[in-house]
Amino acid sequence: MDQDHKKLKESPFPCEGLEKVLSFIDSHKDRSSASLVCKDWYDAERWTRSKLFIGNCYSVSPEIVARRFPKIKSVRLKGKPRFSDFNLLPQDWGANVHAWLVMFAKVYPSLEELRLKRMTVSDESLDLLARSFPGFKALSLSSCDGFTDEGLKAIATHCRTLTELDIADSVTVDIGGGWLSCFPEGFASLEILNFASLQCEVSFDALERLVSRCRALRVLKVNESINLEQLQRLLVQVPHLTGLGTGSFMQELTPRQYEGVQSAFSNCKNLQVLSGLWDATSLYLPLVYGACASLTFLNLSEADLRSGELAKFLPHCTSLRRLWVIDTVGDKGLEAVGLSCPLLEELRVFPIDPYDLDNRQGVTEVGFLAVSRGCPNLNYVLYFCRKMTNDAVATIVQNCPDFTHFRLCIMNPGEPDHLTNEPMDEAFGAVSKTCTKLRRLSVSGLLTDMAFEYIGKFAKNLETLSVAFAGSSDRGMQCVLEGCPKLRKLEIRDCLFGNAALLSGLDKYETMRSLWMSACNLTIKGCRLLAKEMPRLNVEVIQDEWSDETHANKVYVYRSLAGPRQDAPPFVLTLGGEDI
Amino acid sequence: MSMPQEHDYIGLSEPLPSEKSSDKTTAAAAASNVERNGVFSLKETELRLGLPGSEAPERKGGVGIGIGIGIGVSLFGKDESKCVKSGAKRGFSDAINGAGKWGLSINGGSEVDLGQKGGVNVSAVKREIPPLEERKNEAAAAANTAPASKAQVVGWPPIRSFRKNTLATNTPKKDDVGGNSGTGTSCLYVKVSMDGAPYLRKIDLKTYCSYTEISSALEKMFSCFTIGQCGQGLAAKENISESHLMDLLHGSEYVLTYEDKDGDWMLVGDVPWEMFTDSCRRLRIMKGSDAIGLGMADDVQKHNIFDRALIFVTLICAAPRTMQKCKSQN
Repeated sequence: MDQDHKKLKESPFPCEGLEKVLSFIDSHKDRSSASLVCKDWYDAERWTRSKLFIGNCYSVSPEIVARRFPKIKSVRLKGKPRFSDFNLLPQDWGANVHAWLVMFAKVYPSLEELRLKRMTVSDESLDLLARSFPGFKALSLSSCDGFTDEGLKAIATHCRTLTELDIADSVTVDIGGGWLSCFPEGFASLEILNFASLQCEVSFDALERLVSRCRALRVLKVNESINLEQLQRLLVQVPHLTGLGTGSFMQELTPRQYEGVQSAFSNCKNLQVLSGLWDATSLYLPLVYGACASLTFLNLSEADLRSGELAKFLPHCTSLRRLWVIDTVGDKGLEAVGLSCPLLEELRVFPIDPYDLDNRQGVTEVGFLAVSRGCPNLNYVLYFCRKMTNDAVATIVQNCPDFTHFRLCIMNPGEPDHLTNEPMDEAFGAVSKTCTKLRRLSVSGLLTDMAFEYIGKFAKNLETLSVAFAGSSDRGMQCVLEGCPKLRKLEIRDCLFGNAALLSGLDKYETMRSLWMSACNLTIKGCRLLAKEMPRLNVEVIQDEWSDETHANKVYVYRSLAGPRQDAPPFVLTLGGEDI
Repeated sequence: MSMPQEHDYIGLSEPLPSEKSSDKTTAAAAASNVERNGVFSLKETELRLGLPGSEAPERKGGVGIGIGIGIGVSLFGKDESKCVKSGAKRGFSDAINGAGKWGLSINGGSEVDLGQKGGVNVSAVKREIPPLEERKNEAAAAANTAPASKAQVVGWPPIRSFRKNTLATNTPKKDDVGGNSGTGTSCLYVKVSMDGAPYLRKIDLKTYCSYTEISSALEKMFSCFTIGQCGQGLAAKENISESHLMDLLHGSEYVLTYEDKDGDWMLVGDVPWEMFTDSCRRLRIMKGSDAIGLGMADDVQKHNIFDRALIFVTLICAAPRTMQKCKSQN
């Protein structure tokens, strides 16, 4: 018996070999598959994993992670459910990174990268980060909150080998800009700097000196406090930028200044990504034309342009793959997109007037159709509009069958097809049927269960579904839960799905990352039943002013190896199914 | 302006706060008033200037002024350019001094005393008023409720807070960027820019109650910053002598303008304060020479505006030049 055992251990494939092979595998999904083959592979994989991705910070605990993976250099961590972006989650709900950092400091001293999304990051945490990892290189905070300039000062002061500081979309309180001045004089390693979303005034002198030192800088996204003249001075230092976020365009330039800025832009021959452009108007927008020949991503979501301005701009961007605009460009502007951007793959149209305070038209199905006709490679769309028709959507997906992400937001809740007055079921039916590669879908408008039947029947690759103000009965949600094998994230708000719908997914939720349901017809009792049946799920009820003893207004369900949260605030009720 | 805590996804069960609805219903009422009188013609949309006390010819009823002031004036509607349009044309100082008188005249009935400092009779009706009314009724019919204005649902449409910065919005109670909005209040952030200044500021209109308050706040905001920028703050301040200031005062002229809901640029101070906060989307401290497009030139001569420029305008005039002077001194 022992001989056999020994033979098994001396397998022809030595551990070192396996580890070497596995070290080439990057994707966490592939690594997860490899780790499930057998114990040897599990061990080899865990010793060679250097990049960690945790899609829900509460699905696992720092201790479990520390035990399994000894050598991590890069961490990507996501916290709050996505609807927290729209203020549906009370503050102090959780997703605080501190406990994770404490563990990282102990177990992964050679940590180099940390990328956080929707997490709360305190100044104390940033300070801990800055002091604990001597080789730290990249910090990215996407949609995070909780920090001030004090935390950023710590990062700037202590992270000597920093190559990336990206504070994308993290809006904090009005903070000071002194942190930028804290990069030491000898510090020159920065390659990516993005502080576009910070509302602070930085010292331009410090910024200029920093930029002049960092010869490897490839991405620079400044905030609104930087004006055109200052931008020019930065650009002449780093004309080799591949990504640029400008500051404000609201400045009066003399003809000489105008020429200077224009020439600085024209010297940026490597620009692939352009954003910022606050308050850019027809007056100064042409300044950037010279930099747009190799542009693949143009983010105009801070510049409320009209159709004419966009139409003049686009012909300069012949390589455009991704375009974000505001709906002030109107359907006419989108027609220009269809004409000028044949290579377009991604389009996002944001509303200037989301609450319809000013009765602005925005865009309609006409614009969307125009884009679909001119841009057959379209695979990602985020479209905010007030009017849509089933026919238009059906035509759009005929023109562009390769959609992987289709996010249509008809802004008035429960809005029907504006020509036929019918529900928008057929539109999303067409999307589900035609777009076989569809991974992400956001539905809107007046929808009955029919829409969800279509989704459940046809959207076999669907991973993320967002639903609001829709459905006619529990059956709708049930169709999706039973029909979409790859579903990972389901977020629902303001629908009439109740306990029966919730419980129809008993077997499903452990295969998913999370389920969010708010303002639906769930009761505490129903949630308790779910918790009782599925002990490895965390069933959290967030209590707010619309909850009472029976009605569960905000419910967040997710699989977890870590059990109920230890850090849940008093208004979060984690159900354990104790007393039904 | 507090947001209705509305969670009814059918849509519209709570009316918007009273100021807003009074604004719209007044406009609507006034508009229908005009229509009933059968006088909704192009003539009514014509913008006219006149000295105080003079009656614009062929004006019917007393509806003109209330509407005009309440809604703002749009002669040509929106167009591609963002140039300043003809609007109510008065100097800022006049507007502030005369502001108190506007508080009441919304009822669309009586003639209003335009104040002794002079001003303009505006007898124009916004062309878009009937559509607004229709739209409101449509929405109401669709929602099967009494004609209430659109209620806002928390977190809908799903837009990130930072994107709302392109347009000043009434943020719902929980939408506080940094926990600062307090309970039960909302914010109304607008951008303030100044020609020649290198940056924009954002202010919360809700924290001010009158034009005087906002003007002194802006004065502090822009003068302090620019003065502080040159050299080391206090030392720099000492460099700016009174004579400098006086020089600069006569050098050029700044006026405070705002962009309203329609994208039109108007002089600040012509409408009652509440209406201003309702329709103001963005503020701009503009050079007087540019403001001539607002038709100020004649009025300026007539009413001797230069002499009545506010102190904050003085200091702000000083700012950019002062910076240059400081730099050369340093």
